[in-house]
Amino acid sequence: MLNCVYRLIAPRSIEPVQVEVPSADLQVVVRPTHLSICNADMRYYLGTRGAEVLAKKLPMALIHEGIGKVLLDATGTFKPGTRVVMLPNSASETDPYIGENYLRTSKFCGSGFDGFMQECVYLPERRVLALPDVLEDEVAAFTEIVSVGMHAVRRFCGIAHERRDVIGVWGDGNLGFIVALLLRITVPNVRLVVVGRNPNKLAEFTFADDTYVSYDVPDNLLVDHAFECCGGDGSAAAIDQIIGCIKPEGTISLLGVSENPVPIDTRMVLEKGLRLFGSSRSSREDFQATLALYEQHPEALEYLGRLVGSVRPVKSVADMASAFESDTSKLMGKTIMEWNA
Amino acid sequence: MTKTNAFAAILAGGSGTRMGNMEKPKQFLMLGEKPILIHTVEKFCISNCFDAVVVLCPETWLRQTQDLLKKHCPAFADKVVVTAGGVTRNDTVMNAIEYFEQNCEVDAESIIVTHDAVRPFVSQRIIEENIVAARAHGACDTVIPATDTIVESRNAETISAIPDRRNLYQGQTPQSFNLNKLKELMESLTEEEKGILTDACKIFVLRGQDVALVRGDSSNMKITYPQDMRLAQALLGE
Repeated sequence: MLNCVYRLIAPRSIEPVQVEVPSADLQVVVRPTHLSICNADMRYYLGTRGAEVLAKKLPMALIHEGIGKVLLDATGTFKPGTRVVMLPNSASETDPYIGENYLRTSKFCGSGFDGFMQECVYLPERRVLALPDVLEDEVAAFTEIVSVGMHAVRRFCGIAHERRDVIGVWGDGNLGFIVALLLRITVPNVRLVVVGRNPNKLAEFTFADDTYVSYDVPDNLLVDHAFECCGGDGSAAAIDQIIGCIKPEGTISLLGVSENPVPIDTRMVLEKGLRLFGSSRSSREDFQATLALYEQHPEALEYLGRLVGSVRPVKSVADMASAFESDTSKLMGKTIMEWNA
Repeated sequence: MTKTNAFAAILAGGSGTRMGNMEKPKQFLMLGEKPILIHTVEKFCISNCFDAVVVLCPETWLRQTQDLLKKHCPAFADKVVVTAGGVTRNDTVMNAIEYFEQNCEVDAESIIVTHDAVRPFVSQRIIEENIVAARAHGACDTVIPATDTIVESRNAETISAIPDRRNLYQGQTPQSFNLNKLKELMESLTEEEKGILTDACKIFVLRGQDVALVRGDSSNMKITYPQDMRLAQALLGE
């Protein structure tokens, strides 16, 4: 089967390539309908990843957040036309102690191998899940990042001690919004505090109990546990502030991606006996938990709908470039490509 | 499967005489791991847009075409019908219409999508947009903007006109039509007209009917000459 794959060959340069998909890969064939741009995609598109990384990983099709409709399913699980979410993590083994999203042998779409910017995506049945009807396409498009938040919250619930009176979320971007929202729903009696840099963005967190601008956090703010969802240049300052505000034996979930090493005040980490743990990507179970939450808590969809920044029809390479360029100027929210390439 | 009331005719009737000394018609040459025709058929079968897909090939290649389908795309072999094309392109299209009328539920709303077997890089977007445009306008042609300057000469010696390139397009396929309308117009052709009107869209234009444009793609190339085969192989990435 011939398939057109739209690969980033150099920063800001996308090229269509025809590939021949082996017949053995003809399991579930999904035609993408809505693809969502993530900051990780933007780091490749703009070339802000290191030159060595770019040289190693490109050419590569971007995008790991997306939905589509099933064209064909050789396994008989999905009827043609079924609306599905595509799972970007491809695990080649299972391990009783290590999650599929942490196995070094797993491959991830848009990070080392082709993402969803394709005419059709060929997936094994376990990397496809049917979407509930309650979900609008534009919100469903970024189910992957919500599943990443879900993974972080589930991981937190398994690791953190059970005093969860106050939880702090550092970061006022998309991931901070999603993690805070999931905490609001899954840990309902908690006092939820969000710390960010931008008052306009913090104003969107209407479901939080308190929001603070990072330079104006009260001296007496204490949290039992914290989530760092900043990444980039903001990581160091956020982690430092969290270490100052967190109570002893609290957990710090690290979700923000930083290109550079981040200095950490280990003296205070030791003194307080803190647990810092990384949380990245998600598993099939996290996707399932996310879809179940959508059905049980449709109010979450209203909040998530606020993250739909712009929806751009994409039929050509020029449209793709235009969508990525527009994402550079957004303050918050997701850029969704209405995919028809 | 939900009925779509759309029918695909893959035109593989060419003898391939332009392919140098090669014996096979060009649609049967290998591109990557499969013959060109098989790649094209797969694109149409996977789209879920059609109630039936018919391949029209030279009479002498009927059996081999069926064998190739079974060998290279067994998943679709039972869903694709192979039948003989005609002497001319118009005859081949008429054979397709006849097949659909006799074997499928054809009505006034039915759409026929005709496509060259030697354009294997056709995309799902182009196929889907053909059906939408044919439903809306009765007929459509897949085109890309002309990149070369087109020169007209009426005596083959000097230029008689150089049309404005902004208004010119290169025709590709698919070409898609309301099936009944196409049949009616083709049957209205005189013998003289049949000799000249080798393009179904042109029949519509000359009879004053609208033909909508669907944006094609430069990769939707036609494999006609030996060098096209090299280009097609080069288009295939890893």
